Amino acid sequence: MRDVSIIGIGQTEVAEHWDRSLRHLAGDAVLAAMQNAGVETADALYVGNMLSGLLTGQEHLGALIADFVGLRGIEAVKVEAACGSGAAALRLGYAAVAGGLHDVVIVAGVEKMTDTVNAETTTGLVMAADADYESIHGLTFVSINALLMRRYMHEYGVGHADFAPFSVNAHRNAVGNPYAMFRRPITVEQFGRARMISDPINLLDSSGIGDGAAAVVLVPASMAKEYTNGRAVRILASSMATDAVAVHDRPDPLWLSAVEASAFKAYQQAGVGPRDIDLFELHDAFTIMSALSLEASGFAERGRGVWLAEAGEITREGRIPICTMGGLKARGHPVGATGIYQIVEVVQQLRGKAGVNQIGNARLGMAQNIGGSGATVITHILEAEA
Amino acid sequence: MSIPRHWRLQNQRYSMVGEVCNACGAKLFPPRDVCPECSKPAYEPYRFSGNGKVYSYSTVYQAPSGYEAFVPYTVALVKLDEGPLVSAQLTDVDGEEVEIGMPVEMVTRKLREEGEDGLIVYGYKFRRLLREEAA
Ligand SMILES: [Zn+2]
Repeated sequence: MRDVSIIGIGQTEVAEHWDRSLRHLAGDAVLAAMQNAGVETADALYVGNMLSGLLTGQEHLGALIADFVGLRGIEAVKVEAACGSGAAALRLGYAAVAGGLHDVVIVAGVEKMTDTVNAETTTGLVMAADADYESIHGLTFVSINALLMRRYMHEYGVGHADFAPFSVNAHRNAVGNPYAMFRRPITVEQFGRARMISDPINLLDSSGIGDGAAAVVLVPASMAKEYTNGRAVRILASSMATDAVAVHDRPDPLWLSAVEASAFKAYQQAGVGPRDIDLFELHDAFTIMSALSLEASGFAERGRGVWLAEAGEITREGRIPICTMGGLKARGHPVGATGIYQIVEVVQQLRGKAGVNQIGNARLGMAQNIGGSGATVITHILEAEA
Repeated sequence: MSIPRHWRLQNQRYSMVGEVCNACGAKLFPPRDVCPECSKPAYEPYRFSGNGKVYSYSTVYQAPSGYEAFVPYTVALVKLDEGPLVSAQLTDVDGEEVEIGMPVEMVTRKLREEGEDGLIVYGYKFRRLLREEAA
């Protein structure tokens, strides 16, 4: 196995890009990452995407995007793991470079979500759940998370307002990120008053749906010095774990066992523990997922995730800053692209290029991308190279 | 949404037929042929009573295609008396009066509006238990 480094990053603003098609968005991110890395070609392209078939009638994104960015002929394929598609694609790219199959690999994530009306997008997102035993009963993706949130509030005696710090933190951090979808702060009062979607989850518990694409360029760490454009960042750990797709098939729904398995495998690979992590880009699709992820990843005791947030420990000044560029909540959640946005943001932090959002002395960053309500979990730990 | 896809689930949708593991006795719904408790084969059909308690619930205000006419409707995780959790809608009940722990029983109802294929899908929902059994 070879060590793997990220030498280039690229991203588009998360927004309603009515003037840009899926291939243009992907192309913008890939070309920006290639320029940032200082590479003119690549051996392979892996594309994370969830919904292109349903929402835009386009599958076969590997070949489509490789050709579109001038890389016709290379190995290229789409990777799908619901909202975890982006990091799942990165994991394949990592394996290809680490295993010696390829030297220069581009991994992109792209999603085009705003060409369709709400009900169709809602139908698309619930494809991450169990079609025969969840979706057919009218469960939406939001309502599956709402079932977890209601039970969490019941078992641990917390109120809806106790989740406010997650959204307030995400919006505060998005203000300084020019690529974020919602660059304005919100108050606790606004959080409490937001429109209900599937109670207890309201609009400000939920990540923003938008169009977007992000990309990274990987090479063996031994080759990273040949590229001088950006400071390289080492991938110290890459791990994936799975759980039952349907929440009802899990013996303990409030414990995300695939988060735990994925995070602790990653800690072991990297030879570190939760206390060594300087920032954590977690999968805050809903506020409840932030709490459950912090707990199963070892940052808070069971049932104490909301209190970590309440104590201010998740802010840029806190013990474990999360969503440092806005997170899914406020940077936006173009589902299949999200996992790569998280990686791009950790690289920005570790390079010291996060602008006003810079975390001081950031050396180790963790990114965790979740497919569905916890069924596929991919965790990466990155380290700034000296 | 094709007709065979729903037809082959009729025993589950209408009668809540799952499976029981002959190796460890775990009762499984939905049926899955391999026991998640002990990883042994589990093919023996088992018909659930349809009784259970609300484990969690949520009222949906933004529905997917095919469910818009039901909004707002209440979905739940129901803990069946035999063990498994099941996802379903609650029916004949106002979302306001539902609470965690409420005893419920299975009934058969229309699950979704008629689709483009003219198909109406029926299956289980749960309502508040009408007669509390002495137990
Ligand atoms: Zn068994």
